[in-house]
Amino acid sequence: MTRAVRIVFAKEMLENLRDRRVILSAFLFGVLLAPVIFGLTTSLASKRVVESQDRPLHLSVSGVEHAPNLVKFLEENGAEIKTVSLAPDEAMSEVRAGHEDLVLLIDAEYGRKLQAGEPAPLDLVVDTANNQTSSSADRARRLLEAYGGQLASLRLLVRGISPEVIRPVDVHTLDVATPAGRSLLILGMMTYFSFMSMLVGGFYLAIDTTAGERERGSLEPLLGLPVQRAELIVGKMLATSAFMSISLLLTLAAFGVVLQFIPLEALGMSANFGPRVVLAMFAVMLPFVPLGAGLMTSVASFTRSNREAQSWLSVVMLLPIAPIMFAVVNGTKPSALLMTIPSLSQHLLATSLMRGDATPPLHVLISAGTTLLLGAVFVGLAIRLYQREAILG
Amino acid sequence: MIRVAGLSKKFGAVRALSDVSFEAQDGRITGLLGHNGAGKSTTLRILSTVLRPDTGSAVVDGHDCLEQSLQVRSSLGVLPHSSGLYAHLTGRENIRYYGKLHGLSGTALDRSTDELIERLGLGTVASRRAKGYSQGERLKVALARALVHQPRTIILDEPTNGLDVNAVRMLRELIRQLRASGRCVLFSSHVMQEVAALCDDIVIISHGRVVVRGTPAEILAASGAADLEEAFVRAADGGVAA
Repeated sequence: MTRAVRIVFAKEMLENLRDRRVILSAFLFGVLLAPVIFGLTTSLASKRVVESQDRPLHLSVSGVEHAPNLVKFLEENGAEIKTVSLAPDEAMSEVRAGHEDLVLLIDAEYGRKLQAGEPAPLDLVVDTANNQTSSSADRARRLLEAYGGQLASLRLLVRGISPEVIRPVDVHTLDVATPAGRSLLILGMMTYFSFMSMLVGGFYLAIDTTAGERERGSLEPLLGLPVQRAELIVGKMLATSAFMSISLLLTLAAFGVVLQFIPLEALGMSANFGPRVVLAMFAVMLPFVPLGAGLMTSVASFTRSNREAQSWLSVVMLLPIAPIMFAVVNGTKPSALLMTIPSLSQHLLATSLMRGDATPPLHVLISAGTTLLLGAVFVGLAIRLYQREAILG
Repeated sequence: MIRVAGLSKKFGAVRALSDVSFEAQDGRITGLLGHNGAGKSTTLRILSTVLRPDTGSAVVDGHDCLEQSLQVRSSLGVLPHSSGLYAHLTGRENIRYYGKLHGLSGTALDRSTDELIERLGLGTVASRRAKGYSQGERLKVALARALVHQPRTIILDEPTNGLDVNAVRMLRELIRQLRASGRCVLFSSHVMQEVAALCDDIVIISHGRVVVRGTPAEILAASGAADLEEAFVRAADGGVAA
């Protein structure tokens, strides 16, 4: 590193550490906002999961006296029956108003039709627009169908026919979801936030080094100094990278703290997020920093003003996020080939680290290698763009 | 000492300079005079090596602007038209930053900075952040920044634009001091009185060409005008060659 690069780097660090706007965006987002948003959403999600697993099925039944066997069956299968007395239209308005989650209406005709072998009418009043009761509604429907199935089997047996006759296919659902697999979405969100705060950390510096200097009128005198332009822009990109790295490290550390307070076990996740994992994730994601700095600086140097740079960079910041979204939605598994894609490879490695899966050294090597290579391309591009006369605007 | 010969420069289809030649001697103040858009800033930017000419040569203190741009930048002190400061640094830090990038350090840097702060009367201003500076304070710090490495040749691009009377007088005084110490000062302006009040030599530039050059007396004699302003208007608009 030449003397000029060090001087520029030191000045950019000092200047930006004094800029409240930079500090807020670089460190507030990462350290406070991202973990808080993440903490809130995950603890809400885990609370929801815990509740729906443990909660008994609350079912209001009108006309209990018409079907004592059915009610007994429901109670044996974990439903808590609340006896009510409602006419059909009353029941509907109660459910619509949200006073009742579900109401089962047993018609007075039920017993007679059942004995006569005709379909016995049961009305289940539900509100499908209400997300919170839809799982209860499913459970109630399944129970009622199971009861119907039992009766059907009995009737066939009475007539000397095997119930198998009316079950031509036998469907078993084998749920292979592992706790770690279920947590993939949440872990994906974490690397997403980490990338965001890394990029946001360098956002203002990338703009300031190009469009900002130009708009402030400080670029021309700077370019008139006896220093190579490459030294200027490299010093500036180093400062950008330093801010990005600090922001990333602080974000990961903040996640480490926040995750101590989230009941991840309830989601079936193991909270593998000690200081060692934080540091390992930092090391794995660090190679992306020069790439991000080079990319943002290159794009910003095309723009004519601070504002234009800001709107362009907001779009550019989504680029590294896109592969992560794709991977999260598709549940992509790590492979040597995927390690050649920057941001995706960091995401996959970081996710593996959090899940406590193995991270093959070869994968880490490919990921760092390709990302640093592409980073060098963008840093080189930024340096070349800084040599243009048009940089003065 | 500046020597410019046959400079031309195009921006796309626009011809900004064609065949511009002039000299600026040490120990003299040379004024580059012209309307807005005449090519003054382009000429000065070529001299400060942030732009490259299409043809022609520019030599500053014996160094070619194309071949030896780093040496040229070392011997030049430039105050460009837009000369912004870093708002979050103090005046002193702004000056020192440029000093360091000029290769100064240690006591040489301290001495040069202190001396300029004193000479420009920046005193307490220099320890404040540049954010709250008045226009005059900004100019003084920008000047100190441009002079921190004691350049032999000084280029000022429209330095008096938007300044109040006191700041203009301070600036003139400083420019005369620089001349007295044997420096070469080249400054541009679109105001004739500005140039007449200060300059030993005048170069009038119009539509990217030098139309008149010489001492004020020579220009008056050649144009046959009653005063310099009349001479400027005739030269700039009519293209009378001296």
